[in-house]
Amino acid sequence: MRMFKETSLIFSRQLDRVETLGRYTIVRRYGKMVGLLALLAIAIVFPLVFSNSEETGIALFALIFAAAVTGWNIFSGYTGYISLGHAAYFGTGAYALAIICQVWNVPAGYTPFLFVPVAGLVAAVLAVPVGWIALRVRRHTFVVITIAIFFIFQLLAINLTEQYTTTGSLNLPIPVDWTGDFYNIPFYYASLILLLVAIAISWWVRNSKYGLGLLAIRDDEDRALGLGVKTVPSKLAAFVISAFIVGMAGAIWAYYVFVIYPPTAFDATFDVAFVLMAFLGGVGTISGPILGALLLESTQQYFTSVLTQNGGYYLIAYGALFLAVILLLPRGIIPTLSERWARYQVSRHQSLQEHDAIVTALPTPDGVAENVERKEGINL
Amino acid sequence: MSLLDAQGISKSFGGIHALDTCSISVEQGTITGLIGPNGSGKTTLFNVMTGYERVDSGQVRFKEQAITNAPPDKVFRLGIGRTFQLTRIFPRLTVLENMHVAVQRNSLKGLFSRWSSAHEQKSALELLDFVGLTSLKNLPAGNLSYGQKKLLEFAFVLIAEPQVILLDEPAGGINPTMINYLTERIRTLNQRGVTFLIVEHNMEFVMGLCDKVMVMHRGAKIAEGSPAEVRANPTVLEAYLGD
Amino acid sequence: MLGLIVEAIILGILTGGVYALMASGLTLVFGVMNIINVGQGALVILGAYLSYFLEQQLHIDLFLGLLLTMPFMFGLGLLIEFFFIRPIKRDRTMFSILVTFGVALIIEGILNIIFSANPVQLSAWYITASLPVGGFNLFNFHVGIFYLPFIYVFGFLLAVVLLGGLYLLVYRTKFGFALRASMQNRTAAELIGIDVERISAITFGIGIALAAAGGMAYGATNLFNAGSAYDLISRLLAIIIFGGMGSLSGALIASLGMLVIEDVTTVVWSPSWATTVFFILLVVILLLRPQGLLGKVEVRKQ
Repeated sequence: MRMFKETSLIFSRQLDRVETLGRYTIVRRYGKMVGLLALLAIAIVFPLVFSNSEETGIALFALIFAAAVTGWNIFSGYTGYISLGHAAYFGTGAYALAIICQVWNVPAGYTPFLFVPVAGLVAAVLAVPVGWIALRVRRHTFVVITIAIFFIFQLLAINLTEQYTTTGSLNLPIPVDWTGDFYNIPFYYASLILLLVAIAISWWVRNSKYGLGLLAIRDDEDRALGLGVKTVPSKLAAFVISAFIVGMAGAIWAYYVFVIYPPTAFDATFDVAFVLMAFLGGVGTISGPILGALLLESTQQYFTSVLTQNGGYYLIAYGALFLAVILLLPRGIIPTLSERWARYQVSRHQSLQEHDAIVTALPTPDGVAENVERKEGINL
Repeated sequence: MSLLDAQGISKSFGGIHALDTCSISVEQGTITGLIGPNGSGKTTLFNVMTGYERVDSGQVRFKEQAITNAPPDKVFRLGIGRTFQLTRIFPRLTVLENMHVAVQRNSLKGLFSRWSSAHEQKSALELLDFVGLTSLKNLPAGNLSYGQKKLLEFAFVLIAEPQVILLDEPAGGINPTMINYLTERIRTLNQRGVTFLIVEHNMEFVMGLCDKVMVMHRGAKIAEGSPAEVRANPTVLEAYLGD
Repeated sequence: MLGLIVEAIILGILTGGVYALMASGLTLVFGVMNIINVGQGALVILGAYLSYFLEQQLHIDLFLGLLLTMPFMFGLGLLIEFFFIRPIKRDRTMFSILVTFGVALIIEGILNIIFSANPVQLSAWYITASLPVGGFNLFNFHVGIFYLPFIYVFGFLLAVVLLGGLYLLVYRTKFGFALRASMQNRTAAELIGIDVERISAITFGIGIALAAAGGMAYGATNLFNAGSAYDLISRLLAIIIFGGMGSLSGALIASLGMLVIEDVTTVVWSPSWATTVFFILLVVILLLRPQGLLGKVEVRKQ
């Protein structure tokens, strides 16, 4: 009889825990939304508070890269096919916008921003045959192919720019009526909008049946194929979507720097940057690329201003950081943090269980009150 | 009616003849066993029948239609499911997510929701319950024990309601209680009309469960019949002992 | 015109041999360890700078200097393998690409600081002095005399000697046997008592030592600085993909092929399209044979 009572007490306590866990999860979920809205508010208000052009400049570069890395992640993070040549689409977007502005005489000001999606589309369209070729090989070769393809794009850009321009560079319209500190502001908000669009697409992909297919491909591609997942179209679609976003980022970048040369538009260090930022923040997560980009880009911009005299130190610092991230934090910040958090929660509940074991043995009024307090504790 | 059959399949890897004009036939509604000593080509036959390997010659037919060399996704969509000897699930996805991978519908609908319909969500949960994994549904599948992974693989192959399921050593490496559990599940499904082709080394399992047994040796079928017939067949004994 | 083409072919073959030297290390390492050392370009340049230093400061002849640079780079290779590659436990191929890239950045940075960004070239008597070649008849056409700097021939001979030595090592020694076994089936090799880790480390070291030699030859025939590493690695990667990753003979054929095609394109069309043509050819080959010329066809895994 006593055993029955004890077990039923333990059982009811388990149910209570499940219930409080449920309440806790709801609090957590709302908390998350509030947090995100707060971040968004900060991002919107940022240029008005920190209106210094140096600060807004760094911020908008960070946003451009955050968008680009989010785009990269949609393909490489979700499918597990690491692309080390996505800077090719960044450059394509840059060139596309420059050429559009020249050919259609687009005036400076807000109008070029309207053509940014068009530039992205150009990159996306080019990505179709490229992706089709590149995705025919297995993962390891794929990585190397993306590097080769990047260099093809760069070479073509060099050759064609040489052939069709006198200066070896492309110019974009310069909005002269945006003076002083105001100049960066439209670029900032354009980049922010792009980032939000990228996040939306990334979130939508990840939470769709299609995205589940991509994640399955990442875990075991042949198994996914054997379960009816259309692996080839899925991968190609992700590739094209990511090229679209990265292309748009490149276009905004091009408009901001207003003069582009083949080596600056198709810059191998961007390839590195995208990958490093994603790995730093956490490949395959939605917030990881953003965190990585914000951290790294701001640091980078800071370093370039401080260490311009000797590019060598900059390279060493970059390389060392690269190694540190890969060897010490291979999963990235966000996944490592969330894993720690989960483990912390588990251990918390384990100690709860221990506490309860003691409490059930002492059916005193004090014991019951203690238990109630505990529950309150969880709700917070 | 032969639901699934292989006719005269030959397949070589380099100099090794894994399959040598192998012909087998699986009748609808049966639980057919496929046994044979190691290296007799059973898994290769599975691979060939489900599109994971191309044949050098021969035909694979499903419901009398040729499906030779069809890719694995097409094979699955036709209604042929299979499990692997070394259980393959998606370790980084949760158990429930694993279930939903197999539920593929046309691409447009798939873009807009993770679970295409309430019906499919229900099926997934039902199947998890069928194999007893409901309580684990939100755990990453990689955390499951070996036996649990086997059950998960079994479950998600079922979700597309295949007509025939090829099981590759389903009883390998799991304890007797789990084996009985699995046997019961297979019987229940068979009663509902699912056909099974099972490769196994565990003789008790095969003899107890299967209506018909086929024996392979050196890439070809050497005997077939009821479990009792096969057990008494001297050619079969020789194949197992003589090697 | 024909004379120019013949000259281009000869030059292409000679320089191709040097590229084969650099690419062999890369493809061998991939074959044994399944990792891609994208830092090979930077290591080649490091080798070039080492030879430069020895020649400038200590007046040691370039080829003799190899007796110093090659062992040094071999040791460096062992260190890199031990500290940066061995710790990677999962997704080795992927992470090795990123890690070797990080190492390459550091090497580039150091070289940039020590030697600045000014392009330099190695100097020796055989670089400036040249050999008259030609003056024969081919298919009823007369190929005129052109002057080929000795270094191209010496560099090629160096490549022949070293690659020949590599061939002997891989196909005629016990070590080579263990190496090939590790390439074909790592687990099986381990099971028969081969210390695959040791083989991997040594192979990596060999790859870097070859880079030292290639670096010297490269530096003798090209102006270079730390930034040349990018260009170099892109071409080396293209070569090993073209030839089939893991195949030594593939790397050789691809190197010769690439350089000949490039040099002939320069003569027939224009220098700026030379490399582009090769890359486009690479893409075409990949369409037809995704595994490269002599690469293994991938098993239907991942």
